Amino acid sequence: MPRITVTVDGIKYEEDVEPRLLLVHLLRERLGKTGTPVGCDTSNCGACTVMLDGTSVKSCSVLAVQADGCEVVTIEGLGVNGSMHPMQRAFHEEHALQCGYCTPGMVMAAIDLLREDPEPSEEAIRQGLEGNLCRCTGYCNIVKAVRRGAQEMGRAVTTP
Amino acid sequence: MSEIDTGMVAEQIEQSDQINEPAGTSEVGRPRRRKEDARLLTGRTQWTDNLSRPGMLQVMFLRSPMAHARITRVDVSGARELPGVVAAFSGQDFAAEQGSLPCAWPVSEDIVIPDHPPMAVSEVRYVGEAVACVIATDRYRAADALEAIDIEYEPLPAVLDMNEALADGSPKVHEAGNKAFSVKINSGDIDAAFRDAPVVIDRTYIQQRLIPSAMEPRAVLADTDGDAFTISSSTQIPHVLRVMLAVVTGIPEHKLRVIAPDVGGGFGSKLQVTAEEVLCLLLARKLGRPVKWTESRSEGNLTVHHGRDQIQHIRLAAEADGRIRGLQVDLLADMGAYLMLVTPGIPLLGASMFNAIYKMDAYEFGCTGVFTTKMPTDAYRGAGRPEATFGIERVMDELAAELKMDPVEVRRRNWIKHDEFPYTTISGLTYDSGNYEAATDRALALFGYDKLRAEQADRRDRGDPVQLGIGVSTYTEMCGLAPSRMLGEANYGAGGWEHGSVRMLPTGKVEVITGTSPHGQGHVTSWSQIAADALGVPFDDVTVLHGDTAIAHKGMDTYGSRSLVVGGIAVLKACEKVKDKARKLAAHVLECSPEDLEYAAGAFKVRGTDTQKTIQELAYAAFTAHDLPEGVEARLDSDATFDPENYSFPHGTHLCAVEVDTETGMVKIRSYVAVDDVGKVVNPLIVEGQVHGGIAQGIAQALFEEAVYDAEGNLLTTTMADYLLPSAADLPAFQLDRTESPATSNPLGVKGVGEAGTIASTPAVVNAIVDALRPRGIHDVRMPCTPERVWRALQDGALEGVRR
Ligand code: FES
Ligand code: FES
Repeated sequence: MPRITVTVDGIKYEEDVEPRLLLVHLLRERLGKTGTPVGCDTSNCGACTVMLDGTSVKSCSVLAVQADGCEVVTIEGLGVNGSMHPMQRAFHEEHALQCGYCTPGMVMAAIDLLREDPEPSEEAIRQGLEGNLCRCTGYCNIVKAVRRGAQEMGRAVTTP
Repeated sequence: MSEIDTGMVAEQIEQSDQINEPAGTSEVGRPRRRKEDARLLTGRTQWTDNLSRPGMLQVMFLRSPMAHARITRVDVSGARELPGVVAAFSGQDFAAEQGSLPCAWPVSEDIVIPDHPPMAVSEVRYVGEAVACVIATDRYRAADALEAIDIEYEPLPAVLDMNEALADGSPKVHEAGNKAFSVKINSGDIDAAFRDAPVVIDRTYIQQRLIPSAMEPRAVLADTDGDAFTISSSTQIPHVLRVMLAVVTGIPEHKLRVIAPDVGGGFGSKLQVTAEEVLCLLLARKLGRPVKWTESRSEGNLTVHHGRDQIQHIRLAAEADGRIRGLQVDLLADMGAYLMLVTPGIPLLGASMFNAIYKMDAYEFGCTGVFTTKMPTDAYRGAGRPEATFGIERVMDELAAELKMDPVEVRRRNWIKHDEFPYTTISGLTYDSGNYEAATDRALALFGYDKLRAEQADRRDRGDPVQLGIGVSTYTEMCGLAPSRMLGEANYGAGGWEHGSVRMLPTGKVEVITGTSPHGQGHVTSWSQIAADALGVPFDDVTVLHGDTAIAHKGMDTYGSRSLVVGGIAVLKACEKVKDKARKLAAHVLECSPEDLEYAAGAFKVRGTDTQKTIQELAYAAFTAHDLPEGVEARLDSDATFDPENYSFPHGTHLCAVEVDTETGMVKIRSYVAVDDVGKVVNPLIVEGQVHGGIAQGIAQALFEEAVYDAEGNLLTTTMADYLLPSAADLPAFQLDRTESPATSNPLGVKGVGEAGTIASTPAVVNAIVDALRPRGIHDVRMPCTPERVWRALQDGALEGVRR
């Protein structure tokens, strides 16, 4: 069984993993990182989105062995010391979640989409979130939240 | 990520939400941000699949690949041998103990309720039916073991089409035949209404089968400590489930605790007593160990009950000026292979909704429930009411077209006027309040109706390849599924009351317990608002407990937009009882008679003095009491049930503008306006969110979603790659507004909102598409109106065959 080293939310783990083990199952079932849920088995829903070396990936479509030597950030590691990321806060303020099942993946995808386009238009946000499905909200407030999150993040970056 | 961290702690959310609110402002009506959010946003969640117990085993089911077959041989011994496998069982192994899944709504005298074993024993009747299971140390080993089960089938003919299923000589799904039930309802002289009617519209519509697709797949965790059992399930109905599991498995109810932890959406699909819940419980009993089952999405598409699936034959007779004389509805409703918890009741929920907001002289409704070899149908987002609203709203547009009238005008001529409420409809419901004129006028103004009509005419004149279509839907719904008396008249197998209780803790904080079981609706926030007002305590001092039968010990759970209208009122009533107790206690503490006390803003004050005690101080006084007199108890807690006299009837007007590319069949929603009247609003943010989600689903039925079976009965839409759920890129922003006609059947005047958006939006979208194409001689496009269907309709007017 391959041995991998992976840093998840700032903690380094060394694990023996079956080659077929999915990253999402490593996170959820071995490391107890249950903040990342699973919504499908075809990489369509985006619920399982996490950051892998700074880029968003659907952790159900990554093998644990592929994460060897990488840094993973899940929704649980997004803020620091119990703090909330501005994007999480924006989701709260815009009422952009209902059952919350899609939310960790949405927040991750939203943050990633701002890496390339820090001030996205509504159109760009909708396109950027195409891989993340929500069954509760109708997306209106998610779009607003991403806008607000973008503004807050811009502010946080520019004012030290 | 740390450089963009704001350093705002999660717990500060609640405090930040109350800044700048003057003291004494009413909580009800205020757009409070949700208490639920912080946990959900930071991943501190308790989805059932997140839960674990020491020694827990994973269950997986082997499912039938055949729509209809006899099981001739099944051998699970190969699976038992594999590493990590603890046990494996076939349906035959469980035949004696597994019971039959319940149907609690026997709608008619002639209903046939077939035996429904959780695991098939000798015959399978749909693809996906469980036939065997393995229990292993983890999900990977369990999946391996499924492949080692040896099973042989003798194929039997699949029965897929409802008309064919009813034809003489059709293969039978069950011994008793393919008709599950038939119901007929008559009101007024229908023959007279149609005799010599100047206009008769006769149409057949198909309500395609939908797959609910809550984002959280179902999961069940069953545990035992000997003779007592705890089952956590992704369910909307922990209380109903507990009763039903006790009945089905024979485990005594007091030895059975049901928990609905965080539930990731339901939309009716988790209003069910499932095979997997029963079997996990039985497996925990058999093995004496905790077992968990987690559904994969492709398993879920096969086996979560489906929604809709009706053929509606509708005839409408009208005068030349557009006034309706009579309406005749004849439904075929696909039950699938079995009757599940409320399967037969779903089309019947639509029976009194086809006449909608319109006055007429006669109405006739008939429905036949049909067995086919498909996954059973049951409650889904609106349950019966979207189907009915679609039927009548489409036909109203056809009537307008026939008479060359504006579709809004034809509705105006028929609807109940605002000064006619309360109004008893032809189907026998009494609508308590409403104002269709106000909602419609506001929607038309917001939408810019006249301007869009002008643009439409212009595009038509120019022969623009992109045509504009405008669709209207004016709806009402019967929601807040409650009045026990009325549910009884409909043969529903339970009452419709709801339970709430309130306990004030020694420090003055408040625990509210509700029998409803939320899964995204924000009950914790709304119920806190209700209790804060009722008791005169701060919003942040209230917490709400739910979804665990050991804590919330009574209830009827969450479905049919009933939580607020029934459960919220039960909480309000319990608060009032607590206040009565507090008054007695205050009289004792302040040494006066209860009549000398006046109550305001959470405090009891001796009339004409400054002496007072807040209700929170009184909670402490109850805790520290040493000398309470007879009749004053040392507790500020109480409970109440509420059972309203009537349903509630939200209504509204939705308008949709679409651009249809006549060269490609592409439909693009250009704008969407919804003006809903849901009575008094407790939390405008939550109401808006619910309407958004509902509209998205209604649009999805109109444009994207359909469960498709092939001729052999295989489901072709088993994954999210095949079953098209709309993403953010597929939907527009919706423009919302509200009017307010308070309900008269409950003290808060609330009406319920969970399903309104779904009910209204599907016909608005399809009406818009047909409106765009009508000059080309097209009067219908079958849902979902995919580019291909629209394009085909444009090529030759050929709709997909709708037989009747
Ligand atoms: S669970 Fe990974 S995309 Fe759906
Ligand atoms: S909030 Fe429920 S799925 Fe998005």
